Amino acid sequence: MSDALRPAISVVVFPGSNDDRDTELALTHLGADASRLWHSEERLPANTAAVVLPGGFSYGDYLRCGAIARFSPVMRDVVRFANEGGLVLGICNGFQILTEAGLLPGVLRQNSTLEFQCQDVDLVVERTDTAFTSRCSPGDRLSIPVKNGEGCWFADPELLAEAEAEGLIALRYAPGTNPNGAIADVAGVISTSGNVFGLMPHPEHAVDPVLGSTDGAKILGSLVDAARSAAFATA
Amino acid sequence: MKATILIRPKSGILDPQGLAVETGLGHLGFNVQNAHVGRLVELDVSANDEADARAQIERMCEQLLANPLIESYEIVVEAAA
Repeated sequence: MSDALRPAISVVVFPGSNDDRDTELALTHLGADASRLWHSEERLPANTAAVVLPGGFSYGDYLRCGAIARFSPVMRDVVRFANEGGLVLGICNGFQILTEAGLLPGVLRQNSTLEFQCQDVDLVVERTDTAFTSRCSPGDRLSIPVKNGEGCWFADPELLAEAEAEGLIALRYAPGTNPNGAIADVAGVISTSGNVFGLMPHPEHAVDPVLGSTDGAKILGSLVDAARSAAFATA
Repeated sequence: MKATILIRPKSGILDPQGLAVETGLGHLGFNVQNAHVGRLVELDVSANDEADARAQIERMCEQLLANPLIESYEIVVEAAA
């Protein structure tokens, strides 16, 4: 692909992030100009078309997972970017950070199983009309791995009803396969404005047949498509 | 001014850590119920008086120390020695 068509996607690296390289690699293979950005940067690169907060254990998961990372210098600009409609994806720990930062509803809690869960899970795509799922077809089932100790999405009944009514639950664990006790089988949540998405499964670990599944490419590829449109819209 | 903040999982919310501790204590032969695991934060806060300290710590809890969706907190301020 011509480099001119590659949208710039920043993968933020926090102390304790560990999926940033896989994410950068997957996005690059899917046609993005992906690069990692150290969290102490005050600003996102000017040409940023999308931001990804990767998986890992930022700040050792101290206090609550994601609670400290949201104070990293770069997060102020990430929040500004999101509030201005910029595309932001949070994977696993990145999802936890986005909920703690108030960009996505709910909170991620300790798995109800008491165990770290590391396995492929089946996911039902509830929304195909988003920037993060446009490459999926209605009713698609995706096989993508989870690996987390605190992946149990929680919202109180009011918040859940609100999220359901607004169609924010974009991704669910297939019936009977919920690995962590997440309420309403929630695996991924999108913002009301549609430009911020968080999910516990790791699409970057499912982008090559050698990894057992390429379904993750549908999520990350959708993001690259949307980032490309955004980059050209502003070009 | 010294203060202690006790952060607890909200009642009625499944507490896997508490459950694990309860099960462990059961294995040791103790007969316990309703075990919950929370967090304790101790700190010194610069404040004009106890009310000011409390007000500041309330804000700390809301902004960082606790997640109001799942946790409740209790503030204990020690009178200056």
